[in-house]
Amino acid sequence: MATSYDPVTVWGVIVVAGVLTFGIRASFIYLFGHIDTVPPRVKSALEYVPAAVFAALVFPAVVAPAGDVALSLGNERLVAGVLAALAAWYTERVFVTIAVGMGALWFLRFVV
Amino acid sequence: MPTLPSDFVDGVRDAAPLHLGIVPFGLVAGVAAVEQGLSIFHAIGFSTVVFAGASQLAMIELLGSDAPLAIVVGTAVVVNLRMLMYSASIAPYFRDFAARSKTIASYLLTDQAFALSLARYNRETGTDRFAYYIGVAVSLWAVWQVATVAGAVLGTGLPPEWGLGFAAPLVFLALLVPALKDRASAASGVVGGIVAVAVVAAGIPYHLDIIVAAVAGVAAGLAVESFGGDA
Repeated sequence: MATSYDPVTVWGVIVVAGVLTFGIRASFIYLFGHIDTVPPRVKSALEYVPAAVFAALVFPAVVAPAGDVALSLGNERLVAGVLAALAAWYTERVFVTIAVGMGALWFLRFVV
Repeated sequence: MPTLPSDFVDGVRDAAPLHLGIVPFGLVAGVAAVEQGLSIFHAIGFSTVVFAGASQLAMIELLGSDAPLAIVVGTAVVVNLRMLMYSASIAPYFRDFAARSKTIASYLLTDQAFALSLARYNRETGTDRFAYYIGVAVSLWAVWQVATVAGAVLGTGLPPEWGLGFAAPLVFLALLVPALKDRASAASGVVGGIVAVAVVAAGIPYHLDIIVAAVAGVAAGLAVESFGGDA
């Protein structure tokens, strides 16, 4: 689980992603007066980006940690992920979510 | 000694509860970089140059699995697209800023700085907008940098069997849950998640899962919004 890219390439990624991210942030702040509003359809679409993207970042890591779907109690990340999801739902706190998820993973790995 | 503008101090104070909230996130961003074979300097580079936690984590994960560079960068753009909305919503309040102030404000734009500043501008119209914003945004920035470095230092000494790589999806989980605020966004989350799993399980190459899932999830959200009523 370590990258094969050389350090200079990683710096290239950092700079390109940084420039593009800055462009997104600066877009309307600079364009105000020229383009003042986001079209409603685009606005709605953008509102669904966080849910879709964050789910896409969570589900495979929990449901298919080794690349194949593993829906069983033997999948420690699935069990830990479900418990962490409950923690996230009830507390809405990043720290509690991480603590419950990692705690459950360690319990299943080192105690059970 | 010159005193700090009171609106700047207000900004720092209002952001204080959020400082604690981003510490674990920053720690994970640092740990994850080291876990995936990157150096502590890369971790610092991500946090200073990109300065967008969710996209940093996503890129670090993808680099760790040797995804194509275009996918790494493309995924970061998709993850950060939501900031287009923040830029548009806050732009009217920044219209009279000098160009240099606009540049600084743009670089520092985050979910938290956006939300706090917009709330304050609407509540107290006499606010020195730049001073308040900088108070919120710079203090968040500083906490983020310290947390990332601490995470990278910590991560270097931790044994791999602790499975700390799992902390990254847990952070995304903590971001996902509050994003599921209505039926349409719940639909985009469920569809995005299932499509991502399907793409991974089908063995589709190049780590396209996040980008494909984002498109499918947004489409599902729009469909529910159009046909599913307004609940």
